[in-house]
Amino acid sequence: MKQPHRRSFLKLAGTSLGIGVLYSAYPAARSSGEVGSLFSALGGASGEKVSPFSFVQLSDAHVGFNGPPDPLGTKAFERAIEMINALPQRPDLVLFTGDLTHDTEDRDVHVQRMRQFQEISKRINAPMIKCVPGEHDAGLDGGALYREFFGESHYSFDHRGVHFVALDNVSRAKPEIGAEQLAWLKADLARFSKGAPIVVFTHRPLFDLRPDWEWFTSDGDDVMNVLSAYDNVSVLYGHIHRDDEHETGNVHHYAARSLIFAFPDPAGVSGPRKPLPFDKDHPFKNLGIRTVSFNGKAQPGSRSVAVEDIELTAREFEGINGIQQMLREPLV
Amino acid sequence: MFGERFRRLFTTGMCLIALAALSSSRAVQADDVRVIDITAKRFAFSPNTITLKQGQTVKLRVHSEDVTHGFFLRPLKIDEEIPAGQTIEVTVTPQVTGSFTTICDHFCGANHGNMNMTIVVE
Repeated sequence: MKQPHRRSFLKLAGTSLGIGVLYSAYPAARSSGEVGSLFSALGGASGEKVSPFSFVQLSDAHVGFNGPPDPLGTKAFERAIEMINALPQRPDLVLFTGDLTHDTEDRDVHVQRMRQFQEISKRINAPMIKCVPGEHDAGLDGGALYREFFGESHYSFDHRGVHFVALDNVSRAKPEIGAEQLAWLKADLARFSKGAPIVVFTHRPLFDLRPDWEWFTSDGDDVMNVLSAYDNVSVLYGHIHRDDEHETGNVHHYAARSLIFAFPDPAGVSGPRKPLPFDKDHPFKNLGIRTVSFNGKAQPGSRSVAVEDIELTAREFEGINGIQQMLREPLV
Repeated sequence: MFGERFRRLFTTGMCLIALAALSSSRAVQADDVRVIDITAKRFAFSPNTITLKQGQTVKLRVHSEDVTHGFFLRPLKIDEEIPAGQTIEVTVTPQVTGSFTTICDHFCGANHGNMNMTIVVE
């Protein structure tokens, strides 16, 4: 029997609604024969058969952040949940890639922010929400408070034949995952075949995107050495408050927009990092609107992802009157 | 007998002279290296900007006045930690010109992300 190329049997399609990224994972073909054999193989690796599903990525809500530049607090986060709940297809899960809260050195206040995040995220109509911390959640105490609220900061799980890996690159003082977590990652992935579909989600980029803005993971090369053994790996991350795509070998990296304020394109800026100014006429500008489609026809060395960006808008609220209205009235 | 003693004395003397010359040379080199003192304190470096010369060796003496900080600048291959209350020294000979943002990459508090300084290499 002719051996099918395993990468051609998983499609990951994404649609951004300005709230993050909606991903769909589904088989490129669902016939019997070769395809069925492959699904069986993938399912055997993860314990489940690959079957269609979608999920949403959210990032960087910074609950508790009190501008500038963004005076709207949790409004974008709450609007994002509205839009998730209005999706035509209910997502199987929501991945939150860090900075759920904004840091404060008053532990009691940080506790309140974690609680507020949990209260708001309860409105999400999805059966599963998975998180990793950002440095604003975990930097001050090595992730202790985060773990009290959200559990372990690195872990893995399987869902419909796709293996998800949560990596924590913020709980150590330096931007790194550390030797212990790296060893765990190797062991975690050891049971998978080369073509197994793997989604890694983390906070900081795992490559040198802009080191002088702390947009890197110092031992990211070690992580890539582990991931490069697999053909079908997507890395979802946040931290940079803008959408971005990058490839390192077979691994595709996707940054999601934030739910608080945006950073500029680093290619066009020298010097220190500064957020984009708040636009009172377009309060959610640059806070999402991204569609990602995985065409499922990737050949080795080719790109399998298509991305489309859509601006997040608050249709009900426009212009200065809109801002005043938003500040007066809750969105939900 | 006498010749042997003379040879030993002569050899020892030459060695001492050579050592003295080497020591003197090192002292001159050390004196020639420019030293720049930098203070790290949440959430700023002081001074905030320093200017170096391409190809000229300098010693950066960085002192933390409070907590542990990082001192990170990839283009100059600087990646140091400054333990709380301590001083570290970094000797660099910059080979590339430009204006580089140096960051604290050791999480040091709620405004850590804004702790940086500029090193200009002319």
